[in-house]
Amino acid sequence: MDNTYILLQQYWWFLVSLLGALLVFLLFVQGGQSLLFTIGKTEVEQKMIMNSTGRKWEFTFTTLVTFGGAFFASFPLFYSTSFGGAYWVWMLILLCFVLQAVSYEYQSKKGNLLGKKTYRIFLILNGVLGPLLLGTAVGTFFTGAEFVVNKEQLSEVAMPVISTWANPLHGLEAAFNPWNLMLGLAVFFLSRVLALLYFINNINDVNIYDRCRSQLRKETIPFLLFFLAFVINLVLTDGFAVDPQSQVVFMQPFKYFINLTQMPAVGAVLLVGVIAVLMGISKTIFVKGWKKGIWFTGVGTVLTVLALLLCAGWNNTAYYPSLADLQSSLTIHNSCSSPFTLKVMSFVSLLVPFVLAYIYYAWRALDLRKIDSQEMNESHHTY
Amino acid sequence: MIANIDTSLIDWSRAQFALTAMYHWLFVPLTLGLGVIQAIMETLYYRTGNEAWKKTAQFWMKLFGVNFAIGVATGLILEFEFGTNWSNYSWFVGDIFGAPLAIEGIVAFFMESTFIAVMFFGWDKVSKRFHLASTWLTIIGASLSALWILIANGWMQYPAGMSFNPDTVRNEMFDFWAVALSPVAMNKYFHTLLSGWIVGAGFVLGVSCWYLIKSRSREFALRSIKVASIFGLVAALLTAMTGDGSAYEVAQKQPMKLAAMEGLYEGGNGVGLVGIALLNPEKTYYNDGVEPLLMKIEFPKMLSMLAERDLDAYVPGIVNLIDGGYTMKDGTVALSAKEKIAKGQLAIQALANYRKALKAGDTQAAALHKATLDENFAYFGYGYIKDPTELIPSVGMTFYAFRIMVMLGGFFILLFLVALYLERKGKIADCRWMQWIALLSIPLGYIGGQAGWIVAEVGRQPWVIQDILPTSAAISKLDPASVQTTFFLFLILFTVLLIAELRILVKAIQKGPEE
Repeated sequence: MDNTYILLQQYWWFLVSLLGALLVFLLFVQGGQSLLFTIGKTEVEQKMIMNSTGRKWEFTFTTLVTFGGAFFASFPLFYSTSFGGAYWVWMLILLCFVLQAVSYEYQSKKGNLLGKKTYRIFLILNGVLGPLLLGTAVGTFFTGAEFVVNKEQLSEVAMPVISTWANPLHGLEAAFNPWNLMLGLAVFFLSRVLALLYFINNINDVNIYDRCRSQLRKETIPFLLFFLAFVINLVLTDGFAVDPQSQVVFMQPFKYFINLTQMPAVGAVLLVGVIAVLMGISKTIFVKGWKKGIWFTGVGTVLTVLALLLCAGWNNTAYYPSLADLQSSLTIHNSCSSPFTLKVMSFVSLLVPFVLAYIYYAWRALDLRKIDSQEMNESHHTY
Repeated sequence: MIANIDTSLIDWSRAQFALTAMYHWLFVPLTLGLGVIQAIMETLYYRTGNEAWKKTAQFWMKLFGVNFAIGVATGLILEFEFGTNWSNYSWFVGDIFGAPLAIEGIVAFFMESTFIAVMFFGWDKVSKRFHLASTWLTIIGASLSALWILIANGWMQYPAGMSFNPDTVRNEMFDFWAVALSPVAMNKYFHTLLSGWIVGAGFVLGVSCWYLIKSRSREFALRSIKVASIFGLVAALLTAMTGDGSAYEVAQKQPMKLAAMEGLYEGGNGVGLVGIALLNPEKTYYNDGVEPLLMKIEFPKMLSMLAERDLDAYVPGIVNLIDGGYTMKDGTVALSAKEKIAKGQLAIQALANYRKALKAGDTQAAALHKATLDENFAYFGYGYIKDPTELIPSVGMTFYAFRIMVMLGGFFILLFLVALYLERKGKIADCRWMQWIALLSIPLGYIGGQAGWIVAEVGRQPWVIQDILPTSAAISKLDPASVQTTFFLFLILFTVLLIAELRILVKAIQKGPEE
């Protein structure tokens, strides 16, 4: 195979993984929503929390949309196989994100039909289900899913569908695999940890600060338990390897561990990521008044998730394994777009640093003044 | 085991996509139109320093925010439904279709979502200039996102810049600019965007007139009308121009859609454009000889003019397109639907044979099958069509929707023209009949937009990708009951959220701009 094509496939898996990693970091918005009533005890406190995450929710949402779009453009066979097959998981994810999109804007408006509390419950639902479902769905990158891909089917006029799901639950079965659940719960608690660190940084209020620090310990323990359990299992388990010559998929003992050793840079990114996550959390817990934890844990989250996703797709690994037919498993080679499309998209991706720069600039301009109770009373536009 | 696609699965998948798209298009046009109007108002504030313009812009931004949120929500569903409900489509054309979608995310959505936060929350936090730039960048981002998704849609109506690869069993892009700058896509984009501007201008004009009727916030209303009437008039005139361009492209690339739009069964030279008519309910089959239109008022030779820029040009009707045999512009004789179906079947079989030969290592036979496939690929999608009549879209929906769209387009030119005249003469504040007409016209902009999409999407059936992939071969293999369930879930959810949105908008309008 053409080396440029291989490089483009690796590059696009890296970009999709980076988007996925940024998405997990930005799930702090969801984590914050799930903590609305835990951290906010008065109406003003809840309003500060709503406004703190409310000014960022669109970044999470847009990253999810772009993650979907980038996956479609670069690995369309995944798009068609997973979305069309694991129908119910994706529909549930979509539904809970729809609830989020309107709830911020509607909850405090007069005439909103369902009442403030309902919209806040919607936000909590999105806060709990969003990270849990996304984590569980991503778990299948390592544990596999039940589908068959048969390109010959296109010539069968009566039933030309190429990708079919081999389980009537259409994706819900992913929740019955404990390792998927483990990852879902790890992402859920991580989103809450990130939210607490974000509130500490973004809201200027003593009560919220104290409550966030105390809650941080409670959220960190389950996060670490679930995350470590998932990672330990991952490095010990058999993985879905691909023969680079024949493209035959086979089970290989310790595949993901081997990936980390054969790609030491990825292993190092994972290690640095985990250390940064732990540092942000522990320093916030132990050093009173230190408010920069979100940056360390945030960057650490991005690095950790990036390394895990690279581990799923790089180094001749099937990133979406099929349990129904091993040879139907999706690899970055057999599911990607054409060299031309990947090349065009790569030119477009050169805009990404520019996009990140203006996001940073705008974000900084808005966050220069921290959210406080005074602003909630005087501002033109608050949620 | 040979399975068959359940036709109810196709119907429910189509219904779900149509539901989401139509709800989405209830919110997006207002975003596109109101976004520009509020940016113009803020520019006036920036240039004049007049606080009244700032207050005016802020009021419309409040309404923009309520509407924007639900547009985002329905847009998310729409994007993922390509995968969830149209999985075959996603693979078959994902190489081309996915790219505009991803560019939309990277280039447009982030611009929109970053600067909308500054627009809403940055009044006291950033400079006047930065704020103004953010307001413009928000609407530029929104308009760019419309650009990329409409390029994708335009490509489905007129697939260009791609070729079929039998090894990967999909279409692959070889010319990005042919996709991005296709005349169909460009016309579609401007026509759609400008129709959104009409909705925005109609909304601002109508709501402002309500204040005048109620004798409230008079100065605010007059300021808003000043911007909306001129903006609306420009939008309505340009919409008509791009509409003509769109119709010309339809005539070139989708003649069956044009025939359905016109209820034209028997084509000919110098064909007239139907102004008003009723479809004859007695007509039950495409070539039953029954006159298709009753009480027809037509503009002689104008359809030929519109379709070919020539008063005497030949325009084929439904019967001609199905039966073939007429001479086309390039001098060749048009194939009948049956001949196209046969060629499509040949292409599909050649694909199967090619892959079989390759597997068996017979490269010579593979090359022969590939040649047959290439020769017939232009008709590939016809191979999935069982009966030629499947190629006829719903004439009733397309015909009436087209007329509703065009008439409303004309109405809006008149409305904005009169509004502008009265505003310039300083008479609109006292012209009660005009205020009522403007108020009652608010829904008409939405109806026009929905009608336009019905023409575009129903009129191109049975194709998802013109001539290449029919709707029936594009779907995901799901239990129809699952799609039915999600259809009703979305129906209930979107309807509840729509009612909530309308109530919030009404309350906010009733509260007023607090002058």
